[in-house]
Amino acid sequence: MADGSMTNVFLAAVLSPLLLGVINRTKAFFAGRKGVPLGQAYYDAAKLLRKGMVLSRTTTPVFWLGPVAGLAAMTSALLFVPLGGLPAAVSFPGDWILLAGLLALARFLTVLSALDTGSSFEGMGASREAFFASLTEPVFLSALAALSLKGGASSLNDLCAFASTLFAENLPAAVLVAAALFIVYLTENARLPVDDPNTHLELTMIHEVMVLDHSGPLFGYVVYGTAVKLWIFGSIVVSVCPLFRAASAPFGVLVALAGLLAVAVLTGVVESVMARLRLLRVPLLIAGAGVSAVVGAILLTGVGR
Amino acid sequence: MSAWDQALWVAFILLNFLLLGTSRLSVCVRVLSAQGFLLAALPWLSSSAITGHTVVLSAASALLKGLVFPWFFMRALDAAEVRREVEPYVGFGASLFVGLAALGFCVWLARALPHPSAVSNVALPASLFALMTGLFLIVSRKKAITQALAYLVMENGATALGMALLHWEPLVVELGILLDLFAAVFVMGIAVYHINREFDHIDTDRLNYLKD
Repeated sequence: MADGSMTNVFLAAVLSPLLLGVINRTKAFFAGRKGVPLGQAYYDAAKLLRKGMVLSRTTTPVFWLGPVAGLAAMTSALLFVPLGGLPAAVSFPGDWILLAGLLALARFLTVLSALDTGSSFEGMGASREAFFASLTEPVFLSALAALSLKGGASSLNDLCAFASTLFAENLPAAVLVAAALFIVYLTENARLPVDDPNTHLELTMIHEVMVLDHSGPLFGYVVYGTAVKLWIFGSIVVSVCPLFRAASAPFGVLVALAGLLAVAVLTGVVESVMARLRLLRVPLLIAGAGVSAVVGAILLTGVGR
Repeated sequence: MSAWDQALWVAFILLNFLLLGTSRLSVCVRVLSAQGFLLAALPWLSSSAITGHTVVLSAASALLKGLVFPWFFMRALDAAEVRREVEPYVGFGASLFVGLAALGFCVWLARALPHPSAVSNVALPASLFALMTGLFLIVSRKKAITQALAYLVMENGATALGMALLHWEPLVVELGILLDLFAAVFVMGIAVYHINREFDHIDTDRLNYLKD
């Protein structure tokens, strides 16, 4: 059970806010700006943790639950995620379903705490978040199930290792599954084709609007939790890709980190060159990802070679 | 079967999904053209030997399906002034799911059908799937132009099947199909244009009211 190392967890704890900085810098580069410092998310979190907070009189203790338990669920989810060649800290059959469950728990609590404020804007954001998540979760699970069906592997560790070998022997299927996982990564982290992280209009927000009323340390947890979530999905995408898997230990960390940086830069590029989809079109994008995952599964299992 | 061959067949399948999921007719026409070029590329990448037969077929496919038909459709789109398929009988998201089910069925069917073992494993399901997609688009979309497009997609499936079984199918049948098709597209193009000029729209649903 405990066959892995805690390296990924420590790396994520220290470095995950950096990913947000890299994405912002990439976008600034495309826009011809200088951009905020790479470590802006660290400064934000540190500043917020030192502040006091304002609690609305209409809120109940549920309001606390979102950021606090959300961050807790997110950091526990980190335990099951491999990073490139590094194995996950904890790995057992079916751990990817627990991972999806933990992410769903975090989302559920965030939605509850958004509804707890009684703000209509937050209710709207919560409804959208729940809607899109209910679509991405089956895509995420079916992409991994496709790998599991063919390879017989049952832990996220082995699934990712199997996926990376697949590129050599069944390229189209591997690319389809990886593409589905990348779209899940964009959707789950509320990145651009789905949700604009820089928007200042409550009507169009999805993720930001749910935490409008959180301030001070609670909002600090939210910022940090967002970074950790980005790290989780980013490292799944990296682990699936054979390019970023190196065998030897000290080298493996560097290669995997380079992979994460590459995914962050790619996200920045996607955000710079694409416009946001209309809300009604988003389900079609996610359905496309689902089609990609299922066609991958059919190619892997039904057609064979 | 080479890896490139398989990649082409997968691209062929994905293009069908694009047809099912998009509402823009210009995208549909481009997909059709891309399918034509894919079909032209297929015989060159499969393991079978290149003969005069394959060269003629490939050139005809690239020229007719890749260039002439799409150009014809683009002209018809301009003439009829339609840009997108609005309110189809089956929505675009639902169409994608129907497509998935159809693909599953085609994989099952391709396994059940007896076929020469030299045929690549993806080829048969992919071409059957194109047939199914075309059929489904014909019954689920309202515009005459989309239905004509879907007819061509069906024909692409038939040609793909021919390409997969190239060794076992005589040239005459292939050329006959292409000729039929050319006449059909010609007639459809003219018909769509005239329907549009008479009635200000090409919604076939509303032609039902025309009774004598």
